[in-house]
Amino acid sequence: MKTKMLLAGVTAGVMFAGSVLASTLDDVRARGKLNCIINTGLAGFAAPDDKGNWTGFDVDFCRAVAAATLGDADKVNYTTATGKTRFTKLAAGEGELLSRNTTWTFSRDVDLSQTFIGVNYYDGQGFMVPKALGVKSAKGLDGASVCIQTGTTTELNLAEFFAGNNIKYNPVPIETNAEAQELYKAGRCDVYTTDASGLYATMMSFDNPSDHMVLPEIVSKEPLGPVVRHGDDQWADIVAWVLRAMMAGEEKGITSKNVKELAAKDNKDKEINRLLGKDPLQGLSKLGLSADWAVNVISQVGNYQESFEKHLFPLTIKRGMNALYRDGGLHYIPPIK
Amino acid sequence: MSEKTYKPGNYPDLPPPPGTVGVYGWIRKNLFSSISNSLLTILSVVLLYYLIDGIIGWFFFDAVFDADSKIACRKIDDGACWAVITRRVGQFVYGFYPEAERWRIDITFLTMFVAFAPLLYPDIPKRKWLLYFSVFYPFFAFVLIMGGYFGLQKIEYSLFGGFMLTVILGVCGIVCSLPLGILLALGRQSNLTVVRTLSVCFIEFMRGVPLITLLFVASSMLNYFLPPGTNFSILVRVIIMFTFFSAAYIAEVIRGGIQAIPKGQYEAADALGMNYWQKTRFITLPQALKISIPGIVNTFIGLYKDTTLVVVIGLLDPLGIGRAALADTKWNGLSTETYLFVALFFFVSCFAMSRYSLWLENKLNTDKK
Repeated sequence: MKTKMLLAGVTAGVMFAGSVLASTLDDVRARGKLNCIINTGLAGFAAPDDKGNWTGFDVDFCRAVAAATLGDADKVNYTTATGKTRFTKLAAGEGELLSRNTTWTFSRDVDLSQTFIGVNYYDGQGFMVPKALGVKSAKGLDGASVCIQTGTTTELNLAEFFAGNNIKYNPVPIETNAEAQELYKAGRCDVYTTDASGLYATMMSFDNPSDHMVLPEIVSKEPLGPVVRHGDDQWADIVAWVLRAMMAGEEKGITSKNVKELAAKDNKDKEINRLLGKDPLQGLSKLGLSADWAVNVISQVGNYQESFEKHLFPLTIKRGMNALYRDGGLHYIPPIK
Repeated sequence: MSEKTYKPGNYPDLPPPPGTVGVYGWIRKNLFSSISNSLLTILSVVLLYYLIDGIIGWFFFDAVFDADSKIACRKIDDGACWAVITRRVGQFVYGFYPEAERWRIDITFLTMFVAFAPLLYPDIPKRKWLLYFSVFYPFFAFVLIMGGYFGLQKIEYSLFGGFMLTVILGVCGIVCSLPLGILLALGRQSNLTVVRTLSVCFIEFMRGVPLITLLFVASSMLNYFLPPGTNFSILVRVIIMFTFFSAAYIAEVIRGGIQAIPKGQYEAADALGMNYWQKTRFITLPQALKISIPGIVNTFIGLYKDTTLVVVIGLLDPLGIGRAALADTKWNGLSTETYLFVALFFFVSCFAMSRYSLWLENKLNTDKK
């Protein structure tokens, strides 16, 4: 009994110690660098270039947050994490921001005590087949062998989709994406299924990408977004508004090329003025950011469209659901006023 | 032509009949001794020719050694695209260690051989002086690699990667786990109940848990026990886990060696009035370690290759760097080249270790020659 109480006391003490620490923003400013947790390598989202600089859609978001908080997009320490270690790394304080194509789900948000601050990429599970198979729809995949990564949500989605449509299939369980590529190329499975963004990346790695196609059916919802720890609302707001600032940039036509020019002059659209620090944005001081935060983000990293086109267009990924609402997509941000 | 017959008696030394010695004789005897064997030989040669021609062509003649991307490679030739390696060799070797500071790794690596030489080769000249350097070397290496002292730039552990990470993990694990393993082996044989029980518990626990679990403990669990904000580098945590894991195996290997020593020797040592440490130093360990060399090196090679497991906790060892390279849209799909290169590195290091152990065995094998 005594030990139990002691343990409880220690646990409470540790949790308390965690909560009275300085704010995340102060930590980042004191260090002069943002610690950002990213993927160990996923085409288009996070990968090192030949010089060893991390680039990608998720990496851009780390850079954007660094630009907003520290004024310099290069002040980021990247910590790589696998799917299994990402949440513990965030919880343990090895990073202030998890920007690693993470699907927003109920239990990850609630049970793991994290805050998903928005969606920066709407993904969904799809199917890739060789064109030679002659299949035009996933419903025509009766009796097909399907390469599927074990222990992922995709496995369950697949089972549910095929059961729901009364289609039989042979699962070929595999461990990693690289293994799946080899098996699929060798013809061991007719179909490879994973998130559509991953399918496009895989397809681009083939010698003849045009021999393959991604079927139109998307069988699951995979909203991917950046994640921060519970408990520091100021930091969560900063990260959330950096994402929105990037999208606002696209919406208002502010790009890395013209942002300095727009920031210097008085624009007719007052929202641009408020975003770029020309007119006061009420409450900005509560975020602890300087007036030129959004200018830094857009000038150093670019707006959402620029980042998307730079990193995901080479993979032949289309805007689709990831277009702004006015273009028929799902990205709709609150007004900046 | 009939065979020549000889009557009993003395004859001068005659050469063996033609066609039974030399290259020709060997070929006739081993490759063309019958019609079916001859056919098989010809078939094999033809098959080998096509196989080797294809392999060598892919590796060298049709290969591209420098290009900007995979697509550029394919435009030049259809063999291996080694450009993914040549363009990223720095990353494979040093990870993300800043380019301007890489000389620090080079120096540490080269001086490592100087530090190891007196330990590995007892006959080396000026051994005593070199040994001082060996003792001092760990501090030297630590300061040089991590930085933060003497005006050296401090390097974040998250920038470590590639072969450098493998060598750091492997060497630290190997160097620390041998002494710990010896102590555990002795502890397990000890007459003191507490020491014995603790050693047995430690060994059985470490051997009973998969290494990958220990790595997850190092990466996730330890953080929960430490107060938030303490940045107890993941590298150190992982090295500790590797050391513990391999020490448990080393301890059992050495215990086998200790138990192979006949009991009479201990009794003789007792009769001579030797105390425990004298017995250990002069009787037990020299013989036990000699017997255990193959087992110890076996464990070390295993440990060295197990360092690739750090990829599951997000550290970028050569395999991780390779995967990251494959995630770059420029190089996507060149998995064969990447993995072959990493395999070559591991083969070279492990083969060197195994050759050294053979050399050492032969050198120490004084009684059974």
